[in-house]
Amino acid sequence: MELIEVPLHAVAHSRAGDKGNRGNLSLMPYDPSLYPLLAEQVTEARVLELFRHRGATRCTRFDLPLIHAFNFVIDDVLEGGVNGSLNLDGHGKSLSFRLLALTVRVPACHARSPA
Amino acid sequence: MSDLFLVGNGAGFSGDRVDAPIPVVRTLVDRGLPAAMFFECLAERTIALAQIEKRRDPEAGYEPMLERLLEPILADCTRAGIPILGNFGAANPMAAARCVARLARRLGLPALRIGVVTGDDVSASVDLATLPVHEADAGLDMSAWTLVSANAYIGAAPLAQALAQGAQVVVAGRTSDPSLAIAPLMHHFGWAEDDWANLARGAAVGHLLECGSQVTGGVFWDPGFKDIPDPANIGFPIAEVPRDGAFVITKAADTGGLVDLRSVKEQLLYELHDPAAYMTPDVVMDITGVTLEQRGQDRVAMAGVRGHARPDRLKVTACYEGSWLGEGEVSVAGPNALARARATADVLLERVRRRGLARRARADLIGVSAVHDSDDGALWRSYDGPEPPDIRIRLAVESASRDDADQAAREALAMLCCGTAGTSGARWRVTPRILTRSFLLPREMVPTEVTVREARLWN
Repeated sequence: MELIEVPLHAVAHSRAGDKGNRGNLSLMPYDPSLYPLLAEQVTEARVLELFRHRGATRCTRFDLPLIHAFNFVIDDVLEGGVNGSLNLDGHGKSLSFRLLALTVRVPACHARSPA
Repeated sequence: MSDLFLVGNGAGFSGDRVDAPIPVVRTLVDRGLPAAMFFECLAERTIALAQIEKRRDPEAGYEPMLERLLEPILADCTRAGIPILGNFGAANPMAAARCVARLARRLGLPALRIGVVTGDDVSASVDLATLPVHEADAGLDMSAWTLVSANAYIGAAPLAQALAQGAQVVVAGRTSDPSLAIAPLMHHFGWAEDDWANLARGAAVGHLLECGSQVTGGVFWDPGFKDIPDPANIGFPIAEVPRDGAFVITKAADTGGLVDLRSVKEQLLYELHDPAAYMTPDVVMDITGVTLEQRGQDRVAMAGVRGHARPDRLKVTACYEGSWLGEGEVSVAGPNALARARATADVLLERVRRRGLARRARADLIGVSAVHDSDDGALWRSYDGPEPPDIRIRLAVESASRDDADQAAREALAMLCCGTAGTSGARWRVTPRILTRSFLLPREMVPTEVTVREARLWN
């Protein structure tokens, strides 16, 4: 099967949340059949690397295979959290779209807009 | 007692759409089943801002939109027997109750029973220095902070107790968000305080509904990828909870937005860390066995939520003041905008450094990189993409005094004459900073009190 490289945004959706100086990012493929492939490619190490420049120290991935969802919990990613950060987005709620810019390799038939 | 109970949400935060509760209440009334409405209006620092308001005016310090939120629905809810619960009491639940009482009398409802739950404010009763710090906050440096407020997240039991005493409106300060939905379920179905399986179902209902439209299409729609009908009129959510088994998430009739597997999954995991242990004061919720099923348009059923014994300690969030945020912005656009913007950012940071105005400073290039960037501008400094046509340069500082923050922010203003060619559009402002830290407190140290009286008696 031919694999092509696409941003996660083409095949999955995500939402960011915060508590203190820790953020969480959910990740769900639109097509549940991609779940194992994302599990293999969207690793804790790759996600942590996306947020290294902000001082993130740890990333933990929780898998929810029954609903085809992942939950990434990232420590120290919010530069002090909503009340301490100088960032316009102190909550880090825009960070889901940094994750969705990460690229993955998927079968060519998945590389289209789900709309 | 009905085997199906409806829970509607009317607000997901202080600042939500004030006309959102109306279609929710209309739907609940039309359904004719036993039901309750809840309002979640209290983010972490909202209560500190309310506390500061209360110092200025002893009758202030509760949700400023309270009257506007309740006025269109109070009479309908009262007539239909739909109780209203909310943490809209913020730092001053008693004053909020008096506000609701004035509204009720004005609407010809002097016998409306208004309940108030107090006890969450532990700022005077507890020495925070003796408490363990909540793990998510472990790294924060809190030296030199001044305490503004300290509130425990109280659970559903006192809210349910107010309902048992006949309250038609229940006003609380800090509660756990899901507890506002658990309480009417607890009251209706007679759940015990250690009925972990049912309390976990209630916590899941509360967690999914507590952010209002976030489960019905809000912060979800992504044009071309996740489209929703009529985003200017997203319907707020309703849960249909049976005595046992799966509950259904749906939304107000004749509104925009949607409820589907995607929107429910996003909200289910929102602000959640370990899916096996979502902590609330009422129960520890475990969603690792959850299954979801679309049951017709805008209806998603959830089954398989598990519950474990509630924690022995309650979370307390303390808010502190002590520093100031100064922000200043200017714009550049057109040829060579990126070079001019980078130079502007560097000069603003250098000015603040030379004048010693800030403890921390940061610059953003809005239009290149801002919200995803770091304090040291790692992304905009290394940006090598196409030349952006229009860039706003933002300086942000944390300063020890209001004057230092103001002087730093005004450095952006000075760029109107001292800046690069074509600099324009200065704005600057200073805001007090509220810092928060969370602690864990044994629950027996947080006694709660419930007061219920008719509107005509609240003065």
